[in-house]
Amino acid sequence: MTVAEQVSIWDREELLTGCQAVSHAVKLADVDVIAAYPIRPYTEVMDMLSKLIADGKLDAEYIIADSEHSQFEIVKHASSVGARAFAGSSGTGWMYGFEALVVTATDRLPPLFLVGNRALDDPGAFGVEHNDAMSLRDMGWLMCWASTAQEALEHVFIGYRVAEDKTVRMPMALAMDGAFLTHSQHMVQVPTEESVKRFLPPFDLGERRLHPDKPVSIAPQVNEDWVMELRRQNWEAARRARGVIKQAYEEFNEIFGQRYDNPYFSEFMTDDAEAVLIGIGAVKMPTQTACRRMREQGHKVGYVNLRWFRPFPTEELRACLGRFKGVGVIDRDFAHGSPDNGGILMHEVRSCLYPLRERPNVINYMGGLGGRDISIEECIKMYEATLAAGRGDMPEELVTWTGLRE
Amino acid sequence: MAMQLPVIDYEHIKKAKDAPLEEFYTSGHRTCQGCESALVMRDFAKASGPRTIATGATGCMYVANTSYQTTPWIIPWMHTQLGAGGSSAVGMAAGLRALMRKGKIPKEKINVINFSGDLGGADMGLSGVSGALQTDYDLLIILYDNESAANTDIQATGLTTYGAQTTFTPPGSVRRIMQARWKKNVAPMLAVGHPTCRYVATASATFPALDFMNKTRKALNTGGPTFIHTFDPCPKGWDFHPGYSRELGELGIRSGIFPLYEILDGKVKYTYDPHKKGRIPVRDYLVKQGRFAHLIDEDIDYIQGMVDTMWEEWELPGIAPIKSGLEMANA
Repeated sequence: MTVAEQVSIWDREELLTGCQAVSHAVKLADVDVIAAYPIRPYTEVMDMLSKLIADGKLDAEYIIADSEHSQFEIVKHASSVGARAFAGSSGTGWMYGFEALVVTATDRLPPLFLVGNRALDDPGAFGVEHNDAMSLRDMGWLMCWASTAQEALEHVFIGYRVAEDKTVRMPMALAMDGAFLTHSQHMVQVPTEESVKRFLPPFDLGERRLHPDKPVSIAPQVNEDWVMELRRQNWEAARRARGVIKQAYEEFNEIFGQRYDNPYFSEFMTDDAEAVLIGIGAVKMPTQTACRRMREQGHKVGYVNLRWFRPFPTEELRACLGRFKGVGVIDRDFAHGSPDNGGILMHEVRSCLYPLRERPNVINYMGGLGGRDISIEECIKMYEATLAAGRGDMPEELVTWTGLRE
Repeated sequence: MAMQLPVIDYEHIKKAKDAPLEEFYTSGHRTCQGCESALVMRDFAKASGPRTIATGATGCMYVANTSYQTTPWIIPWMHTQLGAGGSSAVGMAAGLRALMRKGKIPKEKINVINFSGDLGGADMGLSGVSGALQTDYDLLIILYDNESAANTDIQATGLTTYGAQTTFTPPGSVRRIMQARWKKNVAPMLAVGHPTCRYVATASATFPALDFMNKTRKALNTGGPTFIHTFDPCPKGWDFHPGYSRELGELGIRSGIFPLYEILDGKVKYTYDPHKKGRIPVRDYLVKQGRFAHLIDEDIDYIQGMVDTMWEEWELPGIAPIKSGLEMANA
């Protein structure tokens, strides 16, 4: 028996919400500094973490900040002295701290943030929309969506692993659909400390760490002299992240069993599919159920669940979606005034597919905004329209609002 | 969770020749001639020494101070956002404490000092400074106050003196006074509202000599979250010859418009006491600055009246605008 086999991988299995699963992962990742500020729905993760600290089960500095801006600046600066740091937010809270989020990326610091996706005000809505997290899509962040509590837990380890890699050093946003994932319970396998340690090395910021032993100045004024070169370095890091992500998942699979076929997305019943829907997050549940029902009636449809949004898996997704005739993109977000007035994901997917000589026909669904349910019946209609689009019968309007009260 | 650490026992500097020779803020900055804020930088770095990490909020002491490849900082330094002075210090102090407690870096005393300008420390960043002063971390926040957004084009802030001309408050043919706000009273507000903050002081880099360096050391010796508000005459923003920066600071303090004191564990000590030394007329301070050239006697009398009230009617003269509870007593 090898040493690896002697180490037990899973500690236990228990019923956990998405937020609870992330809190267990933060503890297992040996996080040093946590900054909290309340906003639904991400906030449950802080309820859990504060109790773990109060009970002596987690050794970390825990700061209740005066705002999201301070919360994010606290973890950014904790990261700058070499501490593994964690924060999170939702909706308008995320936007309140936006300035701090931008500089965390340009400072090339790798804390991990949980985004419990929530609609932006006004008017108030607690439910999920992806625009909060997506606002960061151009800023040099790693962005990943979990679609189950188990995935959320595992992507805390994968997230820190990729973010902290010395060739990457980008902050990581781990997003989860508010309510549907943050607050619904799943059976979750929780790994042992030993197995997490095998996968996730200690954070080492190297010579960039702020410490009197080796003084450095971080983020002095550069103006037009250097800012382009620095932007280019961010760009290169985002490119290198692809290789690091691939390697991280290989090692993750090696330690924890074959859990991910590819890092960036999962495919459901796509093998011989003619048309697929693609979406992000919890919409996976009704779409996959609808997919099964369509299959029972002989329709060749499948579902692609996109996990990584930044870096965008261009090559992989092109190879995957290029096999189909019709692609229906489901956006739980909006991009008002964009080329087709559709969703962010649709524009990204279509741009990704454009270089193909033979492209699938792409149509767009916007739905589930503000946390509205996307029903199985709606998904069936989407499949039917996507099949038709694949056969050349394009809808009159490229973008359809589904589940909209007329 | 607080943690016992070795302390750096700073000595009180009695004479200029006793000040450390080593400089930790040196050449490379591009601050103006006569810049008192640059002296604040130099003095806090000298007083606190090499086991210090500094964060600087956006402001002239970022923009004019720290250009890539010519950094003046010998100690580790990091930029932080305009409204993040307090939270930057909290983040670093928390990170260091966690890493030391968990044995990831050696246990030793490392000072964390943030400096923020009047926009950063007193306007946009006030909430974060307040948050920092509620913690139990060892950190010092220095509000360097030159009474304007001095790098950006001399715009009025919440700390600009009443009546001053700035690019946001130009005197006009109909309105003479565009800066009609009275200077925000930051240090006492923080001292009164934050029981965890044991030491709050106001200071000038050059008057009285060595006072600011000793206040920096006192703050660090006191420990926990501490706060110093410095009064920094700015030749560019206040419109006077750079040779008179020190004099302007002295005049401001002697006129009583900028009170000089420290509050340690609730005990107030005036470090320039107008009760004993008297106050010169505010006019002597105002007329030496171009930013007040448009004021007429009436305006100067108004400012003098406000300063007189501070010192003659306030329960805690020059500090807290509470007048004796006469109405309560008579009720």
